Amino acid sequence: MSTTTAGVLFIVSLIAALAVSYRFFGDYMYRALTSTKHIVVERGVYKAIGVNPDAEQKWTVYARSVLAFSALSLLFLYAFERLQDKIWQFGADFTAVPVELAWNTAVSFTTNTNWQAYSGESTMSHATQAAGLAVQNFVSAAVGVSVALAVVRGFARNKTDQLGNFWVDLTRVVVRVLLPVAVVFAIVLIAGGAVQNFSDGTDVATLNGATQHLTGGGVASQEVIKELGTNGGGFYNVNSAHPFENPTSWTNWIEIYLLLLISFSLPRVFGRMVGDKRQGLAIVSIMAILAVGSTLLLNWAQLSHAGTVPNAVGAALEGVETRFGVANSATFASATTLTSTGAVDSFHDSYTAFGGALTMFNMMLGEVAPGGTGSGLYGMLVLAVITVFVAGLMVGRTPEYLGKKIGAREMKFASLYFLVTPALVLVGTAAAMATGNWSTQLNVGPHGFSEVLYAFTSAANNNGSAFAGITVNTPWWNTALGLAMLFGRFLPIIFVLGLAGSLARQKPTPASAGTLPTHKPLFVGMVAGVTLILVALTFLPALALGPLAEGLR
Amino acid sequence: MRLPSWITQHIAALRTILTFTVLCGIAYPLIVTAVAQLPGLRDRANGSVVTANGKPVGSAIIGQLFTDDQGDALKQYFQSRPSAAGDGYDLDSTSASNLGPESIEDKLSPDGATLSLLSQVCSRSKAVGELEGVDGRRPYCTSDGLGAVLRVFHSDGLTGRVTRVVSVNQACPATPFVSSYAGVAVECAKAGEDYSGGVLTTVRGDAPAESAVPADAVTASASGLDPQISPEYAKLQVARVAQARGVSAAEVLKLVEQNTTGRALGFLGEPGVNVLQLNLDLDAKYPYQG
Repeated sequence: MSTTTAGVLFIVSLIAALAVSYRFFGDYMYRALTSTKHIVVERGVYKAIGVNPDAEQKWTVYARSVLAFSALSLLFLYAFERLQDKIWQFGADFTAVPVELAWNTAVSFTTNTNWQAYSGESTMSHATQAAGLAVQNFVSAAVGVSVALAVVRGFARNKTDQLGNFWVDLTRVVVRVLLPVAVVFAIVLIAGGAVQNFSDGTDVATLNGATQHLTGGGVASQEVIKELGTNGGGFYNVNSAHPFENPTSWTNWIEIYLLLLISFSLPRVFGRMVGDKRQGLAIVSIMAILAVGSTLLLNWAQLSHAGTVPNAVGAALEGVETRFGVANSATFASATTLTSTGAVDSFHDSYTAFGGALTMFNMMLGEVAPGGTGSGLYGMLVLAVITVFVAGLMVGRTPEYLGKKIGAREMKFASLYFLVTPALVLVGTAAAMATGNWSTQLNVGPHGFSEVLYAFTSAANNNGSAFAGITVNTPWWNTALGLAMLFGRFLPIIFVLGLAGSLARQKPTPASAGTLPTHKPLFVGMVAGVTLILVALTFLPALALGPLAEGLR
Repeated sequence: MRLPSWITQHIAALRTILTFTVLCGIAYPLIVTAVAQLPGLRDRANGSVVTANGKPVGSAIIGQLFTDDQGDALKQYFQSRPSAAGDGYDLDSTSASNLGPESIEDKLSPDGATLSLLSQVCSRSKAVGELEGVDGRRPYCTSDGLGAVLRVFHSDGLTGRVTRVVSVNQACPATPFVSSYAGVAVECAKAGEDYSGGVLTTVRGDAPAESAVPADAVTASASGLDPQISPEYAKLQVARVAQARGVSAAEVLKLVEQNTTGRALGFLGEPGVNVLQLNLDLDAKYPYQG
């Protein structure tokens, strides 16, 4: 079988598995997350945290709960890192994480970004990894899904100011969705060869007479939630390229499947919650069209290996593992940048110019195809709202979506939501270039600029992957990217909850002849078009200075 | 006493974090570890350690160096891919090179050069070619194993007649890979001199597009720990290993084929040869009489 055929089959098999999951895992999540009953573990959690699970919240209270929880998470994780040398570490001893790095990492994991300015094996103790970082892998993903649920309730409900209970949503996502899937797939990964122990590792005498230190750690348990929760923070510096994290070509398939699973299944939950499965199908179709298109392009760019070094080598194989190969690595790269995961099984910095440009473009879409857990869905719903409005202006139809009028207040929230990340990316990149902080880049010329642009694109969109040549463990970079991650996560959450609050208050508008149907291919095409045009208009100049200049040299 | 709601909210938040730390940060990894340490999974969960003569010699899924302490290839062993992890295959500092597709200009300094990715590829290809006795030439490479890159200076900046040409990766007193370009004599490069005013120009040369040295032999992997090489690279090494061990190439080739894994399920990943397993099998079957 040729490499291209195998690579296409790889993509087709993922699409097939995700299509089945959309139907069944989507239904499972719908039942789990909208249930009126509380299971034993959940009742225990509600008792431990002291909330009444049957009380609901207004959008302002919901947003404040999200922010309070995230703020405390940040402080807790920061303290954990700063005090890791005082805590029982299991395995090797590590010193406290330095101030700026601890701040950056705490923000990074609470915002579901998992940008890593540190190298896992030389910075974090086993205890910090498992009880600090990996806890945020669960709860930051659950925060995203919770906000998405509140937003969908905004569309589904009428004449109310109640959007659900954040603590209940958070708990259910962790207990009923993330934990069961994580346990099962952690064991599957171990069966493939992923490491799971709490030892300091094993020293072996290699065949050439040297010593090799085989590191230990609770890798598999962290690996699985890192993908499932679209987090991406690797146990080791080289992330999912490390054989202990991702040992075989079939674990590679599973990891890609896991990182796409929740985000591609949530539109089903949306469709069922608003009482029209076709609406969910429309949303997932937009995501799928953008994702498949981008993945095929990235595979093509990598397999055709343009550029001086790839031509000298005869393949774009620098920074790629032989067991995955170029095609499967490109598919992983596409999935990880389309979903705000940011895990990598190959190094994007060494990709061809256009391949690298596509990984950036995927993030610049705003992480909506299918995006992060929850954040992908609410991001796409905002784009749908913008599209309805644009379409209304173009053809003179009433801007309505799911029976809700899109008026001035709704459009203000939607526009503010959309503007946050481009502003952070472009202002941040400009600041790095103007202040001389770009000089920590590894590569020179346009590729060096790409490293800076990639860093801010990744941070502001809460992705976490990198053109990793650049050194970002400096006070300026740690602080600046920390701020980009923080604002890139929570400002959009506030705006989208505001949008949901204002939608929930409305009474439903019955569909009329003037209403644009939002479950038809026409609408799917329009949203995809609006998304691409908005992103192209915003980022083309910046891309032209980096990867495009490099590729067209 | 009733606390204001903004305080109770933060207390609830803190309690939530502590609760989930117990649930997801302690119970979950412990349960998974407990399952992982059951017989059947335990060996893999502890790093797939392989032994020879009762002693642990490595991991079945982690590559290692088969070079002497000078960094020269041990001729009796199949060689792994180049590695950017520490000094090579170091699990305590895993890394990729992160050098981009247009990393083509070396940084020269009086005490040696920092090689661009292109020059690294060229020099590896030359070294492997010499070790295995094949033609190690590649496109865009000089015959001394560096990137074939010129800085071309024009009379009006980017345009106009060519005034000066420097082969930027060939430090003096090297002989430039082409003697003249556009009628101007090509100079070798001097450390510390600024050539940024010239236009970067790559020279393809006449090397075949497909080199006899496979792509994975000249590129660093993503992890720096790649346990595999391509079947093509393994086959290239058969003759040398067979000669060093005094056995026939056919017998070594048979071991290579036994250690070659195809794509999982026929379509996942790429075929590869596990280098450590192959070398262990060689040692067991055809011990090296060094």
